[in-house]
Order: sequence, then structure tokens, then C-alpha cells
Amino acid sequence: MLRYLARRLAASALILIGVSVITFGLTFLIPADPVRMIAGRSASPQAVENIRHQLGLDKPIPVQYLNYVTKLAQGDLGRSYVQKTEVSRLIEARLPATLLLMAGAIFFEILIGLPAGILAATRRGRLLDRGVMIFSFAGVSTPQFVVGLLLLYVFANLLGWFPLSGFGTLGHLVLPALTLGLAGGGWYSRMMRSSMIEVLRHDYIRTARAKGLSGPKVVLVHGLRNAILPVIAMIGLDIGIFMSGAVVVESVFGWPGIGQLAWLAIQRIDIPIIMGVTLVAAVAIVIGNLLADLTAPLIDPRIRLR
Amino acid sequence: MAYTWRRLSKDPLALVGMATIAAISIAALSAPLIAPFDPREQFFDGLTLEGAPLPPGEPFFLGTDLLGRDLFSRLLYGARTSLVIGVVANGAAVTVGTLLGIIAGYVQGWVGAAIMRFTDLMMAFPALLLAIALAAIFTPSLWIVAMVIALVNWVQIARVIYTETTALAAREYIEAARALGAAWPRILFLHILPHLVPTILVWATLGIATTVLLEATLSFLGIGVQPPTPSWGGIIFESQSYFLTAPWLVFFPGIAIMVMALAFNLVGDALRDALDPTQRGR
Repeated sequence: MLRYLARRLAASALILIGVSVITFGLTFLIPADPVRMIAGRSASPQAVENIRHQLGLDKPIPVQYLNYVTKLAQGDLGRSYVQKTEVSRLIEARLPATLLLMAGAIFFEILIGLPAGILAATRRGRLLDRGVMIFSFAGVSTPQFVVGLLLLYVFANLLGWFPLSGFGTLGHLVLPALTLGLAGGGWYSRMMRSSMIEVLRHDYIRTARAKGLSGPKVVLVHGLRNAILPVIAMIGLDIGIFMSGAVVVESVFGWPGIGQLAWLAIQRIDIPIIMGVTLVAAVAIVIGNLLADLTAPLIDPRIRLR
Repeated sequence: MAYTWRRLSKDPLALVGMATIAAISIAALSAPLIAPFDPREQFFDGLTLEGAPLPPGEPFFLGTDLLGRDLFSRLLYGARTSLVIGVVANGAAVTVGTLLGIIAGYVQGWVGAAIMRFTDLMMAFPALLLAIALAAIFTPSLWIVAMVIALVNWVQIARVIYTETTALAAREYIEAARALGAAWPRILFLHILPHLVPTILVWATLGIATTVLLEATLSFLGIGVQPPTPSWGGIIFESQSYFLTAPWLVFFPGIAIMVMALAFNLVGDALRDALDPTQRGR
């Protein structure tokens, strides 16, 4: 177990180094000169050269990369070109909103996905099963911004149940979380359905039924325990996806999270923020994957990590 | 092949999906013939007296947009954008993913390891963020959007193809071919690739759905295909701020995107079941 963990952590570290190289490389794709952006248009050539020197941008590229990584190791993500604030501060300030949205989204995914998947599995091939499958396909086939705008129109504009956009109360959270939860719920229900169908084929389920347990009890107590594994793994993956993937939803609902920060930075070509958010998202994805693998043996002791 | 077709034609969802894809393709191809109006013409009577877009009715079947252009005609031409990007971007992603996966799976050694570690890296990279950043950096044209999408979408295919190739490469008939002195390109393309065709077919179909959604998302953020080329995501982007008063400008293109992605997802999923040998006879 410890050995497994050490190997996975080492692999994760390598992946993160790779990600840092790519994000660093992105800087050179950008046609605009960052120094000019900081200095402003009216700056004298001397002032421009001074800033370039201060930022270390006049050094050879490998040296620049080493400087960048050394600072990263100290938790320094650099300063925003536009706001002049430290990137780590900006990300920290927006982390709670993103985590809240993530929790809400996962709540809806489970609330929608698990019951739908279980019902579909126990009524396989019937009308309800077909309905759940079509819903889940529709969920994964509709772009998030369409779902978001639709929900806004119906529940905020027509019915007035929830505020149009913003942040602060529980009411603000419902629609953006539901938007993410509907699409994810589609994936969850498909995963839950196929996993449950697989589990219900086993002999021990037949034994449970034979000794007279009621249908729901067999499914929920004996079946769910084994069938839920792949779904839990999906929650781990979701943590990574939502760290960066909520860009669209956050922009539709004006949710002040990391996705919105990234989107604002991309529009202003504020490179340090883009690099910082990308790295944080990559770390979240790596941790999410690791969590997904590590929780497996907790639920099913037969699984051994090697 | 005939068997697969028979299974596919018994699946009502697959039939609906295929019919939808055929209908969208025909509509996109013959857009100049079907479209009642020029999608770029700003009609003088296409706006209300106050200058607001017209709701669905006569003569503008689905209403008009903020500039008084016919929404239905713009949707028809938008289908072309979505289909072209869907086919080109996904074609490129499938080609790159298949080539890298098959080479990594067959060659193994450090070449294979390097390719697969690179795909690990790409899996950990926030794909949507990367696509958005790239699309924002380059001034997006149709082809650049297609390339950006291909750049983030080849990874999963490469992994699937890799896994299948390693399994195939260990089979006896491959060993036999090697013993007979067949060169590796011959083995790869004549003996391994044909067995991968079902997998490639499934992923190519499902990939179009992913691609259409990603293109719509980029266009919705204003960094997809640029106006005046009509694109479904772009129409929603342009009219976003008016959508409470003119919701049809969001609903109709939104439904169009959903229907197209849904059709490819349904067919891809049915194809996977139909081509799966373990599902035979069930």
C-alpha cells in the first residue's frame, strides 16, 4: 500500500512537472509582449527594458523556466500583469466559491444519477429504463451553457424562484449546481446502471433473494455496495474536472470562482493567472484520480493496490 | 458487417440517430436551396419598430436575430459549420490518436513509453482550459478552431487504441507474420489496423458529438468561428444578453446543438453494442 502510494506520488510529480513545462511553453505562443502590457503604451524603451530585466524575461529560456519552477516550489505563482496582485492570493480568494459549486454539483449528480441508474438497472429493457437512458444521453449531449440559460429562463425569469445570477445565498447556488449536476447525473446514471446490472448477475444476489429478502433490500443493501465503486471513482475524476471545467457555467451565472478568474485572465492575456489556474487544475485532476483509486479498497476490501 | 448492420437496424434509438444525422447533413449540404433568406442579409422589416428582434412567425419562420437576420436560414448555414468542424477536427483527432496509439502499442520500448507518458500528461491537463486558452491566443478561423479541438481530443482515442494494440500484438498470428519476415509497417497496417476498425468507428462517431459540443462552447465564449460565418454557439453568444426578451434566439440554436450531439451519441453507443463480440446472440 505504502509502496503503491509512493509510486503513484512519484508519477504524479512527473506529470505535474510536464504540465508546468507546457504551461510555461504557452507563454511563448502568445503574440503580445507581456512587458509592453505591464509598462503600458507610453512607456519609454528604457522603462520597458527595466521591467523586462526585473521579470527576468531577458534571460535564456531554460533559465527562465528554472526560475519559474523554483518560485513554484516556494508556492509563488507570480503576479498578475493586469491587477498586479499575487496569483496565489487571487486563486485563494476564489477557491471557496469553486469548492461550493463543486459540492453542489456533486450533490445533484448523485441525487439524480444514483436513483435513475438503480431504477433503470432493476427495470432493464422496460419503458422506465429507456426513459432514463434517453435522459442521460440528452444530459451529456446538451452544452452546459444551453442548460444553464434554459434553467435561468424558466426558474429565475418565469417562475422567479431563484436569483438570476450572483453569489451569496443558497438560492444562488441551486441553478449553477443543477446545471453541472444534470450533465454529470447523466454519466452517473449510465455508470450506475451498467455496474448494477453486472452486480445483480452474481450468485450472492440470488442467495439473498432466495432467503426471502425483499427486492429493494437486495438491491440497496447487497447490490449497491458493490455497484457503487465505479461511481465513487467518477466523483474523484469530477473534482479535477470541476476545478477548471466550470468556466462556462461560472460565466453564465456570474459565479465568482476560479473558472471565471481564468476566463477573465484569458480575455486580457494575463499569462501568470492562466498558468496558475492551469497548474492548480492539473493538481486537482491528479489528486482526484489518486483519490478515486485510493478509495476503492476502502469500499471493497478484495481490491488490493499494487 | 452485414451482421452489425442487422443489429443496428433493430435498435430504434440508433435508427432515430442515423435518420437525424442524415437529415442534418442533407439540410446542411443543400442550405443554399432550402434557406428562405440570405443568412447574412439584415432585413429592414426584420426588426420591430423599436429595433428588437422578431419572434417566430411570418415570414421569418423562427424569428430574427438582433440584426434582423433570418434565424432559420442562419441555423441551416450554422449546421455546415458544425458538421465541417465535427468531421475535420474529429478526423484529425482520430487519425493522430490512432497512429500514436498503434505505434506505442506495437513498438513498446522507450518510444511507446514516451508516447504513453505524454498521453498521461495530456489527461492531467485541463482540456477545456487548454482549448479556451489556445483559441483565445490565436485569432480563431474555422481551421484553427478545428485544430485546437483536435489537439485536445486525440488523447482518449490514443489510449484505447494502445490497449487494444498491445493485446493484438501478443497474438500468435502477429508472431507468425514477424517470423515470416514481414516488416513492421506491413504488420501494423495490414495485420493490426483492420482489427481496430470497429473501435475506431465507434470513437469516430462518439467523437463527433464531443467535437460539436466543444465547438459550440468555444463559439459561445466568443472565441470560436468568427462572424459573419454563422455557427450555433455563436448565435447564442451574440444574443445572450437579450435572451430574457428574445429567448428563441437561445432555444432554437441550443436545440440544434443538442439534437446533433445526441444523434451522434446514440449512433456511436449503438455501434459499440453492435460491434461488441461479447454481446453477440444476446
